[in-house]
Amino acid sequence: MYTLSNRFKIFSLSLIILGSLGWFYSYSKSHLTIEEVKTLLAEESHHGSHSDHTHSMDHQNEIHHNEGVYEDEKHENDDEAHSHEDEHAEHVLHQIHNRPYAALYVAAFFFMMISLGVLAFYAIQYASQAGWSPVLFRVMEAITYYLLPGALMVLLIAIIGDKHIFIWMDPEVVAHDKIIQAKESWLNKNAFILRGLIYIGGWSLYRYFSRKFSLAQDKANDNKNFKKNFQISAGFLVFFMYTESMMSWDWIMSVDPHWFSTLFGWYVFASMVVSGITVIALITIYLNSKGLMKYVNDSHLHDLAKFMFGFSVFWAYLWFSQFMLIWYANIPEEVTYFVTRIEMYPIPFFTMFCLNFIFPFLVLMNSDYKRIPIFIIMAGVIILVGHYMDVYMMIMPATVIDRYGFGIAEFSSILIFLGLFLLLVFYALSKEELLAKGNPMIKESENFHY
Amino acid sequence: MGSVKIFHALYNDDDILLSAVKKIKEKHYDIEEVYTPFPVHGLDKAMGLEPTRIAIAAFIYGCIGITVATLMMNYIMIVDWPQNIGGKPSFSYLENMPAFVPIMFEMTVFHAAHLMVITFYLRSRMWPLKKAENPDPRTTDDHFLVEIHTDKSEAGLKKLLRESGAVEINEVKNNEH
Repeated sequence: MYTLSNRFKIFSLSLIILGSLGWFYSYSKSHLTIEEVKTLLAEESHHGSHSDHTHSMDHQNEIHHNEGVYEDEKHENDDEAHSHEDEHAEHVLHQIHNRPYAALYVAAFFFMMISLGVLAFYAIQYASQAGWSPVLFRVMEAITYYLLPGALMVLLIAIIGDKHIFIWMDPEVVAHDKIIQAKESWLNKNAFILRGLIYIGGWSLYRYFSRKFSLAQDKANDNKNFKKNFQISAGFLVFFMYTESMMSWDWIMSVDPHWFSTLFGWYVFASMVVSGITVIALITIYLNSKGLMKYVNDSHLHDLAKFMFGFSVFWAYLWFSQFMLIWYANIPEEVTYFVTRIEMYPIPFFTMFCLNFIFPFLVLMNSDYKRIPIFIIMAGVIILVGHYMDVYMMIMPATVIDRYGFGIAEFSSILIFLGLFLLLVFYALSKEELLAKGNPMIKESENFHY
Repeated sequence: MGSVKIFHALYNDDDILLSAVKKIKEKHYDIEEVYTPFPVHGLDKAMGLEPTRIAIAAFIYGCIGITVATLMMNYIMIVDWPQNIGGKPSFSYLENMPAFVPIMFEMTVFHAAHLMVITFYLRSRMWPLKKAENPDPRTTDDHFLVEIHTDKSEAGLKKLLRESGAVEINEVKNNEH
């Protein structure tokens, strides 16, 4: 049985406090006036750090943003170069304002996504009556403990962030934008909140009952609880496939309200499952190293690493499928998504792909390496960094455009949610025995041998 | 080695076979070969066979496949007959690479899979028109045969085999090997 030490509590609490301080610092720093932005821009063009190339991209982007928006104002554009400069400075001001919100949102979503991915993986284990995994059930249940608070926080940040994250929440933008107007029956604030609560409610209900039955099974003499868990897991997976997809439209895809991709839900799903399994593996290795999970042998690790490998490849497959079709068709309204990312974020864009695909592919390909904890930890950390960057690449180009970076705002946001995640997950671990000893498959799982 | 004798022990259950192989290995008899109608899980480890190296071969074949695909597409689509497809003039392999990725992937899988199967057949000494090597046709149906080469006492081995659950023990007199 795992006990939550005071040192661990203080460590995660200090992460949260440190992160909050950092975030509020960056938040207060982001409140520039338009004059300050102008000086900033003048300085930047003076130093030449703001290259012509980015400038022209900026301009293109503004045109894209304004396309069909200010149609009647277009002829005014050439009135005065000065008014354009003002407009540009205002855009930059907005982007700088958006950054702390976007940074917080990326980190909140990333940790929520881990928890949700584990919940789906856990439901698959029950629905398929997998024999190898019951020794890991308590770890999975502990990780999903974070889901309810984590997802509520994502929703809360989305609502507080409002137009700083979701441009369609800005009534002024919508008033000038026919495309968003046409989507208003789906993309409006009330429906957004209502849908969010339905998703979170459904996931949390499953999580609550499944944990309850799992604990009750430990004390029971029959398999009734196990059967109930099997049934609700199968039902949950159906609910999950729909809500996960809609969640990805709502919480991520709608940051670019003009753009859409039909396989986006799958793509986000691949990301969440691979991060989730990685975290299961890392926590299992940690507890195993403390001697608390003696029954976990290297065959269990091997299977987890196989899933990490497999889902990394699956993620790359979906990433590439989405990219190649859009690249090949080259339809302007679709292709802007990748043009923005490749031209403005060339380094994070391609680094992310290497971290998420090529690195785990090469490290975890060898069968023997999948059993060696140090390789799993190495690949796991890289996968987590890569998928943080993946979420970053989904949100940032739509909110801060080219005013991105990895600074205090991003780093402290990660600290806040990392601290919270560790605290809640390890608290949940310390509540119960680490072995689901009443599970009818537990003997098979303990003797699992590949 | 005139003193070496060859024995065939037949079993009719894979679990009994597996425990028998472990017992025979414990007493340090040399198992030359085991003939089974289907793959028995864990038999290779029980027999003490070396781990397979086919994974390394597969990786090399995959690398060959991706190279072949790259060279092939470069020749077909860039060098020999460049075409304007969907407004994408193809005079550079790199710029058109995304379109070729499915082919590179398929050729990698194709080469890895086919060459791996061929390698496996050759390594198992199976090629066209080869005469079957199995010493007893029942091993293709419902029996498992363990072939043991030994120069130790015949009685001891027979006792061990019988205890391990063999349904039939034969000494092979005129071997063709």
